[in-house]
Amino acid sequence: MPVINYVEFNGTEHSVEVAEGVSLMQGAMDNLIEGMVAECGGCCVCCTCHCMIDPQWAEAAGTAAKEEAELLGFLDAREETSRLSCQVKVTAAMDGMLVRLPESQF
Amino acid sequence: MNTSSHCIVIGASHAAVQLIISLRQNGWEGSITVISDEAHLPYQRPPLSKAYLANTIADEQLALRAPAAYEKLDVTFKLSTTVTAIDTDNKQVHLDSGEALNFDKLALCTGARARPLPILGADLNAVHYLRTMDDVKGIQASAASAKNAVIIGGGYIGLETAASLNKLGVKVTVLETESRLLKRVASPQVSAFYLRLHTEEGIDIRLNTQAAELVGEQTLHQVICADGTAIEADMAIIGIGVIANTELASDAGLTVDNGVLVNEFAQTSHSDIVAAGDCTNHPNPILNRNLRLESVPNAIEQAKAAAASLCGIEKPYAELPWFWSDQFDVKLQIAGMNQGYTEAVVRGDIDNGRSFSVFYTANNKILAADCINRPKDFMLAKKLILQNADCDPATLADENIELKSLLQ
Repeated sequence: MPVINYVEFNGTEHSVEVAEGVSLMQGAMDNLIEGMVAECGGCCVCCTCHCMIDPQWAEAAGTAAKEEAELLGFLDAREETSRLSCQVKVTAAMDGMLVRLPESQF
Repeated sequence: MNTSSHCIVIGASHAAVQLIISLRQNGWEGSITVISDEAHLPYQRPPLSKAYLANTIADEQLALRAPAAYEKLDVTFKLSTTVTAIDTDNKQVHLDSGEALNFDKLALCTGARARPLPILGADLNAVHYLRTMDDVKGIQASAASAKNAVIIGGGYIGLETAASLNKLGVKVTVLETESRLLKRVASPQVSAFYLRLHTEEGIDIRLNTQAAELVGEQTLHQVICADGTAIEADMAIIGIGVIANTELASDAGLTVDNGVLVNEFAQTSHSDIVAAGDCTNHPNPILNRNLRLESVPNAIEQAKAAAASLCGIEKPYAELPWFWSDQFDVKLQIAGMNQGYTEAVVRGDIDNGRSFSVFYTANNKILAADCINRPKDFMLAKKLILQNADCDPATLADENIELKSLLQ
């Protein structure tokens, strides 16, 4: 199973296994990582599952669709590799990926 | 904190799951038992009428958390178990098995149930309500062989269900007793849009129409309307609202008034009992009034306040309500609540296409916004409402002026 490394705003790192096909959001939720709010449960509605993909993994994560991109535009802590983690499905190519979580969800 | 303390949570949906997670995050070291009358571990309710009914997501994807998460939280689930009474004198809950469990702290996350329709034939096979995963499995079983479905009730559940059944290839008729769809929650403008949307997608919407009788032998054959019209149907779904599950609370002597009455810390009238989610009537300091909401964000955020209270921490619940609904290719996002608006300002083309927003204003302030396929407008509306920003209707209506420019 791919291992995803989630880093909370305070630096706490969680290395957890997330099955392929499961979203980065659900992976964090299932492992009780606190920096994930995910109010809408993964429907690309609420913007509370924001994450920043480490640049070297950005390609593996793919690019945001139009709707997600619009929502990302409203995040205060938006970075170039920001994604809504409910929209990123884990693949084998993401094994070892580093994902940071923002202060707003801390 | 005392490791021998026991917290019992009644209910196992969005509020309950957030509550147990927040309890552990706040340092609750005692035992936790979650009691649910359903047979399943907690699952997401919003997709039930949407992606889950339309068969686009599987059972595992509906789970709120993976089962391993509950092991990590060290929570005991008692599923398929009904609480029959709360004994506040002896601090016990009584179960349908005859067992009684002691508690030190109790959380009521009892939610709401579908409002029953008291007409003849409502108990026939292939007549369903939609509130639980098992309800949806029943609907899917009927839909597998059904040609015609009648949906009684043109609210969000009815309309989302209509869209999902349409996707499954069933011909759908929606009966609404009022003169417009979504009358309880939406403005006339937005109601008119949803009528157009559903009509364009081939749903037969009948307004001012009341179901009087469901006719069949064992299974459904016809829905008879109050005006005598008969509609052929091999399945029906009743979606006429919900009733908050407050009976346990009122029988136990807690204050109940259109929901279990709680303060901003989700505390009930009993010092060891909190409540969160659809079952509560709670104060909203942003709107300056009490609300009883049927909403996941409300359940989650209020549960955080409830868990904090149980751990002796004061964390007031103060969030702007928001809602969403998916029907066909239309995503509606609602920020705030529009009660008391004097003007409904449309931004974009409401009469053609499927992308516009309606801002509800009073005294040049936005109270609420309905955003149709406009996530940007939704995010900005939330900010503008919370800032209590000045927004004159002419500016809101003018798409050449960026909404962002109204932010303070």
